[in-house]
Order: sequence, then structure tokens, then C-alpha cells
Amino acid sequence: MTNLLEVQGASKRFGSFTALDNVSIAVPKGSIFGLLGPNGAGKTTLIRIINQITLPDEGKVFLDNEPLKKEHIQDIGYLPEERGLYKSMKVGEQALYLAQLKGLSKKEAKDRLKYWFDKFEISHWWDKKIQELSKGMAQKVQFIVTVLHRPKLLIFDEPFSGFDPINANVIKDEILQLREEGATVIFSTHRMESVEELCDHIALINKSKKILEGEVSDIKRKYKSNTFEVGLLAESENGLYDELKEKFQVVPADFKTIEEQLKLKITLDQSTSSNDLLGYLSTKAQILRFNEVIPSVNEIFIKTISENE
Amino acid sequence: MNNLKLIIQREFIARVRNRTFVVMTFLSPLIFVGMIALITWLATLNNEEVRQIAFFDETGMFTSDFKNSDNVTYINYSDLSLNDAKDSVVIKKLYGLLYIPKKGTNKELASSVQFYADDAPNISILNGIEDIIASKLTNQNFEEKGLDLNVIENSRARVNILIENFSGEKTSKMTNYVKMFFGGAAGYFLMMFIIIYGNMVMRSVIEEKANRIIEIIISSVKPLQLMMGKILGTSFAGILQFLIWVLLGSVLLFIATSVFGIEAQTPTGIDPSIALQEDHQEEIQLLLQDILKLPLGTLVMAFFVYFVGGYFLYSSIYAAIGAAVDSETDSQQFMLPIILPLMLGIYVGFFSVVENPHGTVSTVFSMIPLTSPIVMLMRIPFGVNWWEVLISILLLFGSIIFMVWLAGKIYRVGILMYGKKPSYKELYKWLKY
Repeated sequence: MTNLLEVQGASKRFGSFTALDNVSIAVPKGSIFGLLGPNGAGKTTLIRIINQITLPDEGKVFLDNEPLKKEHIQDIGYLPEERGLYKSMKVGEQALYLAQLKGLSKKEAKDRLKYWFDKFEISHWWDKKIQELSKGMAQKVQFIVTVLHRPKLLIFDEPFSGFDPINANVIKDEILQLREEGATVIFSTHRMESVEELCDHIALINKSKKILEGEVSDIKRKYKSNTFEVGLLAESENGLYDELKEKFQVVPADFKTIEEQLKLKITLDQSTSSNDLLGYLSTKAQILRFNEVIPSVNEIFIKTISENE
Repeated sequence: MNNLKLIIQREFIARVRNRTFVVMTFLSPLIFVGMIALITWLATLNNEEVRQIAFFDETGMFTSDFKNSDNVTYINYSDLSLNDAKDSVVIKKLYGLLYIPKKGTNKELASSVQFYADDAPNISILNGIEDIIASKLTNQNFEEKGLDLNVIENSRARVNILIENFSGEKTSKMTNYVKMFFGGAAGYFLMMFIIIYGNMVMRSVIEEKANRIIEIIISSVKPLQLMMGKILGTSFAGILQFLIWVLLGSVLLFIATSVFGIEAQTPTGIDPSIALQEDHQEEIQLLLQDILKLPLGTLVMAFFVYFVGGYFLYSSIYAAIGAAVDSETDSQQFMLPIILPLMLGIYVGFFSVVENPHGTVSTVFSMIPLTSPIVMLMRIPFGVNWWEVLISILLLFGSIIFMVWLAGKIYRVGILMYGKKPSYKELYKWLKY
């Protein structure tokens, strides 16, 4: 799989403050790439470098194997976290203006806007001023303007903030649809559940350095610790607990059940397989639950960050 | 380039559609003409008032000298006692009471005449009275010394210096006033335009920052392009407004003059009592010649060049300030570097240039880019060497390039900075980002 975007060793300093320190990422074509990191880690600076808003002090950026140049602006659609629209301008005029700035002709922009406005059922907003719309409504217009020129690369910074669950879902489906149509998506957010749901690749940035990057499934495989969550029904729960503790690495677990049971997390060493554990447990108790613990992106996020502190 | 056009268009339309712009454009000429009409009307009202002045003349010498004029009538109260005269003036609400006491000598008399009035009396009326008394006393003094009044009158010389330049063309003494008027008007207008439209540029920058649309825009266009688009778009709106004003103003003035019967006034400064009637006409002719003889072509050209240059120089500073702050209230601390040179330009223009248009102060300030648009415009009617103008223009446009570059750097960083109240030190740091 080829990479649509490659950032190589990008650094950016503001005075004595280093916003970005030798960061490299590779975004595969057609992927949804999650750019994660705590507040102030340097995500926005990286995104601004990709958008040519800020120039890096060091490092190179390649889009489609070409060094980033001015014309690439038309290949990128960017929805910033800090976003707004002209308050006193009409919705339609405004969308036309922004689309034309991205290089669309007036007619083309009008046709495409009509399509999107119909799709989102907001055609009657055309002559309204932004100040008459709610925040969520304005966000829809911003989303349309971001994707209107059919860019190869879409960058969304917290795209779901300000949307109610229904509209957030509409936007999510649109993002997936755009990916189907061939766009690559970079997705910066704090909402881990949407990362879990959408992203196939992630990069984690902390304190201006990249500390993790890769395919989500690979990372999860790397971070899983051969741990299993079990729910057991035994006659003497305490006795069983002590017995297991001698054989395996065991900690009490907590999950929701309707019946009383012994809830444990059992971590196996490399020589023991899950079948071994299952076989052993089946002789001791009735197994109500048995599943492998796969770390969530959220857990990986917290773990990696605290390891790097 | 195409984007620049789009930005200019948007800025222009945004300015022109603004309600304040529409109101200002169409109301200002009305207000302006209304003010002129009001002032003229008030002035005529004032002049029509006939003031009644009572005089109490103990000497009896002046009775026949106080002649009624258009705006003053004199009433002789010399038959009453002084106190009765005072009471009577108060009761009848006359303008005042002139008291001429009897004194031994004319010298003593001259310094003991008194005028009683509740309000501070009009200076020109007092001057008139003083003249009457003074000439009477002077003539008496002459007679006492045995001089013949007729001889004195005939031997009095009236001097009116005619001014010619070395190529033999006559000019009027008004020339300097005419030059001052044209230069001053141009300089003053330039200053107003810079302040009004520079502020608009600044507000437009702040608006984009406050609306948070800025990051969306600059992911499509370069910040410098956006800044230039703003400055240009706003200036076109300003030029449109100016053209409408000129058009409306002349129409309204025409209507006003025909309706209110206000005569177009010849510039002040001619003292009608000195110039005789035929001299007066000649003066006006010379005056018109003077206006035509001004380097009008040069003036118009220079006005355009300095107008554009000055506006660009200052509005790029305004744009940088707009980018540095979050709201208009925060911008106050940065206003000084704009207002100070503008004010300085105006003051140097009205004091130094008028006094000595080619002196060191005037010359230096007509070279310094921040003041040159105003000061040079004021100097040009007095005739300035072409190379001086050239140097000044080169310096101005050089510093525009520098200032736009500087402002662009601050702008680029500032538009993405929120929640910081920047100091000059902070701005300096931004230059290096």
C-alpha cells in the first residue's frame, strides 16, 4: 500500500518553545488515520504544516510522492478545530466564496453545493445568514465546504464536536462514504470511541514527539498481554481464587453480570495457551465467561503517555 | 491571482453592504451641506440683529459722530443723569451704555471712556466705537497743533503692494492662502481617509479572527494574499464612497445655493475697507488666475500617488494590529504609532509648511514616509523640486514594501493566536517565527 502523505522529520519551534520535534508519519492511501495526543502535544502544528499554514523549521512533507507545494492546497480539505464562518454573510454566498478559493469555478461550485445542500436537506438555508443558524447547523455548512472540492486528503480536527448524536452519525457515515470514494482521511480527536470505530491507522503524539504509530490491529496485538477475563461459578470461591493464584498471575476483575460469580483477570506466560487455561478451568468450575482482553485505543493512549512521562 | 480577486471582491461587497457604510455614504453629504447651511443661516441671523447702544457724553463733542449703521443704532442719553441712563439701558434691554466723561485733556479722556454692558460686548462694535473716538480726538489734536486737516488727509499715502514674479506675471496677495487651502485640504482629507479606512481594515481582520473563519481561509490562501486582498478591497470601497460624496455633495451644494440663496464666498482675507472696488475686482481675477496657475496637474497626480501610498503604508500597520489583538478594545494600546505621525504630519503642515514651505523642518518631514504623504501634499502647491518629490515617493514606496512585509509576518502569526494580549516585545518575537 502506498502512502498518500509522508511527513519526514518535521520540527517547529516558536521562540524557545518546541512545538514539534522531529516527527515523521506516513499516511497510507485510502486509510483513516487517527492523529492522537493530549492537548498541546503538537497535533495542530503538524496539521498546519501539512496545510502549508505554518512552515516547518526542519523536515519535509510529501503528498503523493511530491514535495508539498502551493498547488497541493486544492488536494487537501481541512476542517479546523477552531472553525467559524462570516456571521453577516449569507450561507450560500459564503459557501460559494470558500469553494472558489479552493479553485472551483463558480458554476461547478454552485452545482456541487446544490447536491450537498439537498443531501443534507438544508437547501432552504441558502439565503440565511450564519448568525441565524445554530452551531450544529453552521458545522454542517463547514463540513460541506471542506469536502466540496473532492480533495485527496481530508483533515478533520474534532469533526464531531458540536453535533448531536444523530448528526454526528450522519457526518460519520459521510466520512466513511468519502473514504469509499477514494479519499484518505486524517482524523484528530480526543474521542477515543470514534477512533476505535473509524481509524485503521493511528499515530500518537505527546510533548511534541511522536511516540507511537502504526496499524490499529498491529498496535493492539503488540499491546495485548495474553490476559483473559473469566467469570466462574464454583462452590468455594475463595478456595478457587487461592488455588488459581498459585498457578497463574491473577487479579480480581470487574464487569457487569446478572449472577454472582468469581470475576478474575488471568494473565498467561508465553508457554501457556488459552486452551490450556480453558481446560484447567473447566475441571474446577463452571465457566460463565471467557474472553481475551484486547486493549482499547484509550488504554493504549493512557498507557503509552504515562510510560513516556 | 484569482484568489486575490475573489478576496478583493468579497471585502468590497462586505464593506459596501454594511449598513454603516450606506448610512455614512448618503447621510454625510446631507449633514455636511446641512451644517454649512446652518452656519450660514446663523451668521446672517446674527448680522441682522440691530444693536441699540446708548451713549452718555459729558463732553458733548461726539453727539454728531455716532451715526447709525446697519447693525448699530445709537441713542443719546446725555440729557439724563448717569444713573438714570444706566437704569434705562437695563430696563429697555439695550446692548450697552457708552460713557464718555469730561476730562481736562484729550489724553486723559482717551483712557477713561467706559462701556457698560452685562454681556461681553462684541469686539468689532467696540473697535468701531474706539475708531470713532480716536479719529475725533486725533483730528482735534492736529487742530490744536495748528495743522490743516485737509493737508494731512491729502498727504496720507495708501500703499497696496502688487506682487509679480520675475517672469512678470502678476499674482495676488492671496496666493499663499490659496496654496495653503489646497494643500491643507488634500492633507487633511488624506488623514481622515487613512484613519477611517485603516480602521475598517483592522476591524475586518479582527472579525475574521473572532469568527474563527481565519484558519479555514488560510488553508486555501496565503496570509499575505488575504491581507492584501483586504487592504485593496476596503480601499475600493473607500474610493467608491468618495466618488459618491463628490457627486452628491456637488448636487446638494447646487440645490442648497439655489434654495437658500447662499452666495459662494470668496476666500476670506481681503479686507474690503482697504481695497477699493476696482482693486477688489482685480484681486478676485488674480485669485482665479492663481488657482489656475497652481500646479493642478501635479497636485492631482501627487494626491493620487500619496493617497495610495499613505493608505497602503498605514493600513498594513492597521492590519497587523488587527491580527495581533482579539478584540477592538485591545487595539487601543497600539494606536499611538498610527495617530502620532498622522497628527505630527498635520501640525507640521499647518505650522511649519505655511510658515516656510521649503525650510528644513518641512523638507525633512516631507521625506519621512510616515508623514510625507500629508506634508508633501501641503508643500506641493508652493512648488517643490521634482527630485525632492521623487525621493520622497521612492522612500514612501520602499517603506511600503518593508511595512507590508513586516505586517505580513505579524499578521501570519497573529491571526492564529488567541487569548494572548500581546506586547510590543511579543510582536517582535513573532517576526522571528
